[in-house]
Order: sequence, then C-alpha cells, then structure tokens
Amino acid sequence: MSRSFAHLIVATAVTCLLVLACFEVPGDWNWSGVWEYRQKFISGWLVTLGLSLAALVLSVAIGLVVALFLGARNPLIEATGRIYVEIIRGTPLLVQLLLGFYVIANAVGIENRFVVGTLVLAAFSGAYMAEIFRGGLNAIPKTQRDSARAIGLTQWQSFRLVILPQAVRLVLPAIAGQLVSLIKDSSLLSVIAISEFTLNAREVNSFTYSTLESYVPLAIGYLMLTLPLSATARWLESSFSYER
Amino acid sequence: MRLTIKDLTQTFGTTRVLDKLSIETGMVNSLVLVGPSGGGKSTLLRILAGLDIPTRGTVTFDETVLQRDEANLRLYRRTIGTVFQSYNLFPHLSARENLILPLVHVHGFSRDDAIARVEEPLRRFQLHEHADKRPAELSGGQNQRIAILRAMVVRPKRLFLDEPTSALDPEMTAEVLDMIEGLKDSGTDFVLVTHAMNFARRVADEVAFIGDGKVLSHGPSKTVFENSKNSRVTSFFEQVLR
Repeated sequence: MSRSFAHLIVATAVTCLLVLACFEVPGDWNWSGVWEYRQKFISGWLVTLGLSLAALVLSVAIGLVVALFLGARNPLIEATGRIYVEIIRGTPLLVQLLLGFYVIANAVGIENRFVVGTLVLAAFSGAYMAEIFRGGLNAIPKTQRDSARAIGLTQWQSFRLVILPQAVRLVLPAIAGQLVSLIKDSSLLSVIAISEFTLNAREVNSFTYSTLESYVPLAIGYLMLTLPLSATARWLESSFSYER
Repeated sequence: MRLTIKDLTQTFGTTRVLDKLSIETGMVNSLVLVGPSGGGKSTLLRILAGLDIPTRGTVTFDETVLQRDEANLRLYRRTIGTVFQSYNLFPHLSARENLILPLVHVHGFSRDDAIARVEEPLRRFQLHEHADKRPAELSGGQNQRIAILRAMVVRPKRLFLDEPTSALDPEMTAEVLDMIEGLKDSGTDFVLVTHAMNFARRVADEVAFIGDGKVLSHGPSKTVFENSKNSRVTSFFEQVLR
C-alpha cells in the first residue's frame, strides 16, 4: 500500500468518526445562520493567509541571522542573539503583541497594525527558528569546514556551499513544525484588532449563537493552510536527502 | 620540492604537540612522515597544508615562507591539494559536483569547462560510472580516490595526504595506494603521512620519523628504516614490521 493511500484511508476514517459524533450533539444545527456570514470567513482566512506568508518568510530570515549571532565569536554579538532569544521565548506572544503595538510601534511611529502584527509574529517565531538553525549548523562536523578551507573556499563560500545546504536538510522537519505553529499563533493578532480568521469566526459565533457551526469551519480553514505546508516540507525533505 | 622547517612548535592549551621540530630535506618528489600515533605527524601536516597556524617557528617550501595570516594562507591553500583520512567529501553533492566545486568557485572555471576538465581523470581512474552518485553510495576506496582527484584537478603545486588509507579495509587500501604511486610516477610532489610502512618505503624519496613532537630520524627511506641509530625508531619498526 502506498503511503499517500494510507494517509487517505486514515484521514477518511477520522472524518467519518467526527461526523458521526456530530450527529450525537443534542439540539439542531444552524448551518444556514452561519452561511449568511460566509464572506467574513473568507476575508478572515485571506488575512490570515497573507499575514502568515509574510511572517513566515521574515521569520526564516530572522532565524538564520540570529542563529549566526548565537554562533558568533564576538561576545557582544553572541550576547545580543542570546538575550533576544531568551526574552522572546520567555514571554507570552500576547504581551509582545500589546507592547509591540501600543508601546514600540507607537514610539517609532508605525501605525499600520498589519505591519506591526506581521513583524511581531515574525520576531516571535524567529527566536525559535534561531535555536533550530543553530542546532543544525552545529551538527555539521568540523571536518566539513576543514575540507572547505582546504580547497580554498572563503568563510562565506564555505557557509553557503557546504554548511548551509547540509544544515537545511537536518532542520527541515523542525522548521516545518515551527511554521505550522506560526500560522496558528497568528490567531492572537486579534488582540490588536486585526480581523483575521479566528476573530471573524468568534464574531460570527456572537452574531448567530452557533458555536460549533462557527468553529468547525475555523478548524478546516486552518488545516487548509497547514496541510499544504507540511506536505511541501516532506517533499523538500525527500528531495534534499542524500543518505541511503 | 625542498622543505625547510625551523623550530616549529605547536601547543594546544598546555599540551605541546610539536616541540621545536626542525628538518631540512633535499630536493625531493615525495616526503613520507611516519611514527607512532600522537607523535605529531598529523599536526605537522596540517601546518604544512596551511590549515593550522603554528605557535612558533617557520616553514619554507622552495624559498617561499609560509605566512601566518588567514588571508595569505587561503591563497596558499588554493595552490596546493589536501587529502584527509576520512575523505571529507561533501555528502550533499555527487562525486562529479565535488570535483567541480573548487574549479568553479575557487579557480574561476565556467561550469562547462569544469565538467569537461574532470571527465578525463574520472575515466582514467574508472570512477566515471560512479560520477553521479553521492558519497554515501560509494565505497570507502572510491570516496578516497574521488577525494584525491578533487585535490588533483586544480593542478596543485603539491599534495598533502593525511593517512589516506587508515579508514579503509585492505582491498580498498590497494586501489588508493596504486593511485598515490601513480602520482609519484607523474612527478607530482607530495607529503604523505601513513602507517603503511612497506608502501612508505617504496614511494618515499625521504622519510622523516616523527615522535614526541620532534624529528627522531630523517633521511632516504633505506637509512631510516634499516640504519636508524635512534632506539625509539628501531623499536617502533620492530613492532610494526614484525
């Protein structure tokens, strides 16, 4: 049996069980009430998609740069990276969003909440990415750097041509997991009044008093973002693999 | 090549691996370094190959003194070739890409020219049919021969080989040694660290016995292997050649 066929069978079985469970819920379903607000779901989903994509690209870049900071010989640079990671990882995203929007963005004069939201989300995820990248870079044996030096590569060439391609393969699964988290964490952007997917679903719920009918589409909508991401990561992983 | 080393000292922390090591070779094609493990052979070879900077002392190849700064050492490394015990090929690249990489990124070849240049050596050493495989798909002997080719295709002034057969089983050792012997026949200068004593005897113009961070015996291979006056050297050979 092929792997993708197996995935299909299990996914279908789980869906069937969930649907069966739904029939056991007492009371009537109110799908028509929620259907009225379908536009809200669509616009919220698109906002979440846009924010996540931007934050995703940015957080990988931040993660890579901070990982280099963490491995730097200069103690001041290393300390900068370390303190960034510890502060971001040690505080709730909720607080970072509020401080980022009402204090920091206010002070530097950025008013666009979408920009601030994306930046904070990318900075948050970037701290986790940095640790993942650092682990990957450290896992490449010293002999590879030796070999790169021996053929006369510069430090930057050695990083770009030898170390990074090997490290990327090692960290792909962990990075994919982190990116999935990022997409779900974007739901917190509602605290700075961004009409993203989760906020809109909550609004539909408060308009229609149909909790499950509002949140089931929410779950499906997030899966529509995260499943393609996981699939892409798995495909990349197999095309990067070079060991038997 | 003519190699002159004066008072070479290398310390790591409090350990002194090379201790005022000095040597002056004649005009040789091949210099082989032998001696007990931990005696300083590999440390010496890394300095000669421009990979490490010694604590003190000077190294001179044919009137050219080895510099002590990374930028100059990098330029120097571009003129030589180095082969490691564990091959150190790049595992994410095919054998052919491993050969092409230094040509394209260090020596300014176009990709097409580089591919053309590695074709003939790949065929000559019967590695052609394996050229698109990655190191994990090749045997140790094939990997080491690719590693030697990688060092050779840039036409280096000389080669440094650090125990190139120590990680190989006997069958593969032979194919790698044959290739190194071919180097000698083609007139390529090299410095070799090895534990394969019979081979050392055969290919060495001069042998240096390194122990305790010093040169304990040095000269034409016959002198070192058979007529050394140093008791450390004679007892070592009695052990390994028994």
